[in-house]
Amino acid sequence: MATENIIWLLPLPPLLAFVLIILFTNKNNKLSHIVGVSAAGLSWLGAMIVFFRSLGVEHFGEHPFVSSIKWLPLGDEWLEIGVRIDPLSSAVLFFVGITIFMIFLYSVGYHNFGQPEGDHDKKGLPPHGATVEEHGHKHVVPSIEPMYARFFAFIGLFATGMYTLVISDNLLTLFVGWEIMGLCSYLLIGFWFAKESARNAGIKAFMTTRIGDVFMLLGLAYLYTATGSLQYEVIFSEEVLHRLASAPSFWGLSAAGAIGLLLFIGAVGKSAQWPLHVWLPDAMEGPTPVSAMIHAATMVSAGVYMVIRIFPLFSAGWDGHSSLTPTMSIIAFIGAFTALFAATIAVAQNDVKGVLAYSTISQLGYMMAAIGIGAYVAAAFHLVTHAFFKALLFLGSGSVIHGMEHGVLHTGDHSVDPQDMRNMGGLYKKMPVTFWTFLIGGFALSGFPLVTAGFWSKDEIFADAFAHGHTTVFIVLALAAFLTAFYTMRQITMTFLGEARTPEAEHASENKWTMTAPLVVLSVFALGYGWVGIPEEFPVLGGLLPNWFHDFVGHTLANPLPAPEFSWVPLLTSLTVALGGLAVGYLTYRNFKSADALDPMRKLLGPVYHFIENKYYFDQAYDYLFVKPAYWISSVFTEKMDKGVIDGILHGFGKVAYFIGFNVRDKFDTPVINRFIGDGSAEVVQKFGQWVRKAQTGRIQQYMVSALGVLFLIFIALYYLVLA
Amino acid sequence: MIPISWYLILAAALFSIGLFGVLARKNAVAILLGVELMLNAVNINLVTFWRYNAPETVTGQVFAIIVFAVAAAEVAVGLALIISIYRNRNTIVADDLDMMKW
Amino acid sequence: MKILFLIFAAITLGSAFMVVTTKKMVHAAFWLIATLFGVAALYALLNAGFIAMVQIVVYVGAIAILFIFAVMLTRKDLRDNAKPLNKNWTWAAIFAVLSFGGLFSLLRQWPGFSQAGAPEMAAGVDMVTELGTALVSPDAYILPFEVASVLLLAALIGAVYVANEAKNK
Repeated sequence: MATENIIWLLPLPPLLAFVLIILFTNKNNKLSHIVGVSAAGLSWLGAMIVFFRSLGVEHFGEHPFVSSIKWLPLGDEWLEIGVRIDPLSSAVLFFVGITIFMIFLYSVGYHNFGQPEGDHDKKGLPPHGATVEEHGHKHVVPSIEPMYARFFAFIGLFATGMYTLVISDNLLTLFVGWEIMGLCSYLLIGFWFAKESARNAGIKAFMTTRIGDVFMLLGLAYLYTATGSLQYEVIFSEEVLHRLASAPSFWGLSAAGAIGLLLFIGAVGKSAQWPLHVWLPDAMEGPTPVSAMIHAATMVSAGVYMVIRIFPLFSAGWDGHSSLTPTMSIIAFIGAFTALFAATIAVAQNDVKGVLAYSTISQLGYMMAAIGIGAYVAAAFHLVTHAFFKALLFLGSGSVIHGMEHGVLHTGDHSVDPQDMRNMGGLYKKMPVTFWTFLIGGFALSGFPLVTAGFWSKDEIFADAFAHGHTTVFIVLALAAFLTAFYTMRQITMTFLGEARTPEAEHASENKWTMTAPLVVLSVFALGYGWVGIPEEFPVLGGLLPNWFHDFVGHTLANPLPAPEFSWVPLLTSLTVALGGLAVGYLTYRNFKSADALDPMRKLLGPVYHFIENKYYFDQAYDYLFVKPAYWISSVFTEKMDKGVIDGILHGFGKVAYFIGFNVRDKFDTPVINRFIGDGSAEVVQKFGQWVRKAQTGRIQQYMVSALGVLFLIFIALYYLVLA
Repeated sequence: MIPISWYLILAAALFSIGLFGVLARKNAVAILLGVELMLNAVNINLVTFWRYNAPETVTGQVFAIIVFAVAAAEVAVGLALIISIYRNRNTIVADDLDMMKW
Repeated sequence: MKILFLIFAAITLGSAFMVVTTKKMVHAAFWLIATLFGVAALYALLNAGFIAMVQIVVYVGAIAILFIFAVMLTRKDLRDNAKPLNKNWTWAAIFAVLSFGGLFSLLRQWPGFSQAGAPEMAAGVDMVTELGTALVSPDAYILPFEVASVLLLAALIGAVYVANEAKNK
């Protein structure tokens, strides 16, 4: 089958899965996960075929797989939409396919397929366990998720969105995929909708990313107005870029820079950079596969992917070295700041997923900083490796939580939070597969030298920053790397090493193959993927393998950037911070013996710890600055405008109608029609009758008088008219 | 010598007085008195016309005699009725006898 | 002759007026007797002696006495101090006057109204014999006579029945 056709079909299986599950297989859990997982598998297969075919094309950057159709007639022209796989999207397709497939598979086990239904499980709440009789005594086992089929439908739709985004050849369909994922993130974060915290987290995620999306849409509109197209081929062509770079825009930026900035703001929202980072930690309310999906494999990666994609736009006018365009400076600043900022918060988090959430924000900051300083290949490299080890870490944390929940159901003490690291400990004995894969992922995140993929991608960023003279960025990122290693080791030590600190941790157990197999698969990539990007000039190892990644992805750009020069400074810095951070983390936390013990950092940092623990009070600040005024405005409109004015008018109409009706009835109908005409005529007749009745007295003499009177009258009449 | 008109006027006057008595008296017996006066007036008329227009016949006188008989009969029955009513209702005020109505 | 007429007319009319206006019923009965006597006198003036006698015997002797009996039997108490006339005596008066006026005007239009004197009566005729013959002669007035007697019979029976019935209750 032609590659272009395969590419068109990539988003289709998950979409079909969504439709089929929602309409048909909703009630049947087994059928639903079969549909879901096979759809993910089919798309993965297609993605692999496309990727491997793309490897075989010479100078793939200049001959990407493209196919487009004329979609919307606009006067004489057509709006065309289509697909395009060039080296960048090919590499992204590789990790997207695998991670999505692994996450689908993992969800089968995570949501306890095959387990009995819970004792009092309701749709909208996480499952709480089922009591089973076994060998004469009862114990509680994990129960199946009540909304099992729905989950697969939603992540199917999510996968559709991601594939659409990756294969699109223009910013419009990219935006379509972007928004589909935004919807699905809302649906999935708020998956357990009966929990108020989950509902609020879903709304928060949607709102915050929406803010970014508004600016992105403005950027798209600006771009379309300036260039007349949104296709990559057109907007990244030399003449268009040149034109945009020279056209002036607001705040001293060129048009290209302005558009780039607006689109970047969309990525700030989607990839949870400061200041729109607040939704991502709250998004941990969703089930863990969701967190893995959203925060590692797909959604946040989409933001970075988009920024990397539009690199030619905001780097138009860049000289290739240290003087960055204003937009690039802004991007680099936000990226570096976020990296350090999030790393400091991660140090004080106690929820196992919370640490990973802030870690994701921090790593995305790395990528943004990288692309901001012009390290195109390094940013893409880190994107891919991060997807693998972050997905691995999230799924691993989900495995840990699952095991801890097993322990909670065993002891029956539901006040113990299975996600709190202080309640864990000693899990390396109880959950070995999870431990080793998590260790691999954690080392990759910290940048453990040589064997992990994270080392190579981070090192490349450092090298690029140093080589091009961006020392501030370099120092900030190095500090962030130190903290990253520190909190990662803290997490591993508290969770897995030492002795179990609570009975729940004692009774934790390893999970089924559907959960551990994806961990193993991902850890292979977390280890090995780095070796495709070894810089040529690296001592000893450089040159053994070609820097395939640099050559492949670098040629996406029309003018590929050269690899940074080798220097010992960034390499040694990276080794020091990684190993140093790991060591310090282990040493500080290996004595963390009981669940109630104080965190050693608390003593060390003192009041700063409180600040960090509460995430620098950003949530509270936003609430005060934005959320409350919004509620106030809406309440004004509701109370004063809608209820006051509009309802007032309607009530006024009601009152007027009532008044008219009342008066017509009381002033006209009752007195005139009822009394005067109705009763009046009767009364007149009655009075007349009563008056006339008086003539009948029964007295003969009166009768005779009247008879005589009439007689006289008749007589006179007769006499004068007839006789005379 | 005496013009006929005098007798006729006298009879008319007597008749009117009797009429007044019938219509205006309370006592039922007094009403019958009035009726008697009227009958007498009629008789005077009859005899006058006999005397002045056909004295050679006796028709006028016979008529008058028959009228006498009728008057007597009528008075008898009337008074019997009045006495009966008086026994029943203990009143002979004509105004109290008002049963001839709805 | 005229003076006699006027005197008797005055007696008659005056008594008649008293009959209808007096308060006491017994007085009314007596005034009636006076009126009847006056009428009898007038009959005599009209050369109808027999009628005059019959008037006195029947009317005064029977009917007036009957009236007095009736008055006696229907007195609630021995005094009559209520007003003699009822509510619509004015209308009665008006009608009485009207009837008199009407009769008078009608009579005036009769040409024989102004007849001055009575014609001569035939001499030698015995009025009573003539009257008696007329009353019982088959080609004269036997029928009205008999009918009148039947009427009197009916009146007799009726009066007895009516008065009797009341007593038996």
